[in-house]
Amino acid sequence: MNVTLETQDPITCCDECLVRPGNTNCGGCGMSVGLIMLDRALKSAGQKCQLVIPACCGIVTAGGYPTTGYSVPVLASTFAASPAFASGVAAVRDLNDEPHQVICWAGDGGTYDIGMAALSAAAERNEHIIYICYDNEIYGNTGGQRSSATPPGARTTTTPVGKQERKKDIMAIMAAHRIPYAATLSIAHPEDFARKLDTALHLEGFRFLLIHSPCPTGWKSEPAESIELVRLAVGSGLFPVYEVLDGWKYRITIKPNGADPLEYYRRQNRFPAAAMDADAVRAEVAGASARLARLAEVFPAG
Amino acid sequence: MAIEVVTGNHAAGYALSVAAEANRVGRGAACGIYPITPQTEIVEFVARFPFTKGRVIAVESEHSAMGVSIGAAMAGARAFTASSSNGLAYMTENIMVAGYYRLPIVLAAVNRTLGPPWNIWADQGDTLYLRDFPMIQLYCETNQEVLDSTVLAFRLAEDSRILLPVMVIMDAFILSHTQMETDLPEQDLVDRFLPPLNLPHQLRFERPTTVGGLTWPRETLSQRLEIDEAMERVAAAYEEHRAAFEKIFGRDPGGAISAFETEDAEAVLIASGTIASTAREVVRNRRARGEKIGMVKMKMFRPLPGEALLDAMPRATKIGVLDRDYAAGVGGVWWHDLRAAMQGRRDGVLMQDYLTGVCGGDVTPAMLEEVIDDLLDRRSAGKPVWKGIDR
Ligand SMILES: Cc1ncc(C[n+]2csc(CCOP(=O)(O)OP(=O)(O)O)c2C)c(N)n1
Ligand code: SF4
Ligand SMILES: [Mg+2]
Repeated sequence: MNVTLETQDPITCCDECLVRPGNTNCGGCGMSVGLIMLDRALKSAGQKCQLVIPACCGIVTAGGYPTTGYSVPVLASTFAASPAFASGVAAVRDLNDEPHQVICWAGDGGTYDIGMAALSAAAERNEHIIYICYDNEIYGNTGGQRSSATPPGARTTTTPVGKQERKKDIMAIMAAHRIPYAATLSIAHPEDFARKLDTALHLEGFRFLLIHSPCPTGWKSEPAESIELVRLAVGSGLFPVYEVLDGWKYRITIKPNGADPLEYYRRQNRFPAAAMDADAVRAEVAGASARLARLAEVFPAG
Repeated sequence: MAIEVVTGNHAAGYALSVAAEANRVGRGAACGIYPITPQTEIVEFVARFPFTKGRVIAVESEHSAMGVSIGAAMAGARAFTASSSNGLAYMTENIMVAGYYRLPIVLAAVNRTLGPPWNIWADQGDTLYLRDFPMIQLYCETNQEVLDSTVLAFRLAEDSRILLPVMVIMDAFILSHTQMETDLPEQDLVDRFLPPLNLPHQLRFERPTTVGGLTWPRETLSQRLEIDEAMERVAAAYEEHRAAFEKIFGRDPGGAISAFETEDAEAVLIASGTIASTAREVVRNRRARGEKIGMVKMKMFRPLPGEALLDAMPRATKIGVLDRDYAAGVGGVWWHDLRAAMQGRRDGVLMQDYLTGVCGGDVTPAMLEEVIDDLLDRRSAGKPVWKGIDR
């Protein structure tokens, strides 16, 4: 009897890092940085994890069987079902009093779109899992189609003249589930990033983390500029960096610095200049920032 | 042992629960559940069961129900779920994952017509359509058979030579909601029959793999070949576990096929599910009139026990297949598959399809009398014959 799923030894090169050198991520990919940060946070908390990864670039990272780009056990799930798969894995972990984390590592497509129902249900049940969405605002794996995380104006292969609709506010949706912890993370702010991972690793219940994840391939941007780009997104208020405790206590952890959102758009070829209405963009960002600031003022987290 | 008068759903819920409970000495039991008529009582039973080391998660869809069970099985727990009709269709993507991941998940299924239109009555189309996935399929005739097959299914599924999901199937209402005398075994007997699950490819830190990542054609092919080899081992393994079951519970859970009066039969009816009961009675009556007729009840559909079927009816020249299902553009699924099994082995046999009780219509003795008359009169096989409606 020979079940190849089990008996083939994985070909490994480095057991030290969560994501190993030689993986297939594009240069300048935000997901790579996010995984390295996750690795460090786990180590400094002295914790181990099992990953559940739906169809997305993150499962391609593992490379071709029988190699594996990850040094932890990974269960590939169907595109829509990573929170369900993880709920099963976590249930058995808890029945056996095991201490490790069960972490979903999913793209925006698996989170905002096809996985929404399973995600919402797992959050509502307050499953003891960490759900991390690396949001590259596009379907990277399938070659760059729109998702409901794609920002207005962005050109994708299915929005050839630039997306006409707004980006879905996933944080508001997750907070509405009154989960213990929801936070946004930027790889341009590693200390804040690390602190939030650490917070999540020490809380019970459903924890949702959203990483703004640059994707040079989909954003038509320079790989070397990835970190600069997401820093601009934070500075201009396009990507607010904050955390929500128990679904209603807000804390803005990195304040915008007044950078011009237009600068962020100009440096990525996914945004056709002609389609951008500068004043409308500035007004939208200002409105969203003001609303969040007010929430943090009226319902502060501690 | 306690003989009680219970529905098929109760029998299935009881069997799933005690079988899962038996793994309390192992890594426990966990599953996802979701309701749909006519299987809802199964998941309600399971949700009420006081597991020592188990968790039942009521999720938002069948897709996630199987997803939870996959995660639980991959983490080493005994896992199962139940569904029916459109629920099975919605679950399908993860049903195939359970099979390709070689997970011994038991799926209790109640046959209900796939919609639209909205029809809750018995039709096997919802489970037969899963025919191409790596999953053993067992069709039941009585509530006792539902219970026994479900308990046996775990042992078969978890056999290290097999490691495949097993679907145990019953007809909507005719079994699911009909009470019959059923022997509900005590927990300690079930404990003796089902040793703790030891999944060889459980997620483990000592051996971190990526289960289900990108796999090249050749390696994928080797995994498919292993499935084929496991399927080929099912017939013999089933017989072993059937014998072990009889030893512990003192009852025969039934063979992959059961032949009735077929040794000298020239004409044979093939039936599955509850239609087998009606067919057996009609055949018994015709036998009493001196006709050389027999019948075979098919319990196992996957893997298809073609050899056993041929061996069971050495003299048959005419076979009538009773299909409570309709595959558009083909006819009956059983007929279609069994014809393929005959190919090159018994080419001279006349094999005629009868679509009986499709979409939940009653299959009466009178209808089967007509079927036999038609079969005996035939000189050649024709298109599938629709019963219960004039064309
Ligand atoms: C049910 C199903 N539909 C479609 C696909 C094809 N598919 C694989 S990954 C993907 C997009 C993933 O996008 P996202 O979640 O944003 O992750 P990314 O690729 O950007 O990392 C799609 C459409 C699939 N695997 N399963
Ligand atoms: S396509 Fe984008 S998200 Fe995917 S690996 Fe490349 S840079 Fe990363
Ligand atoms: Mg994406």
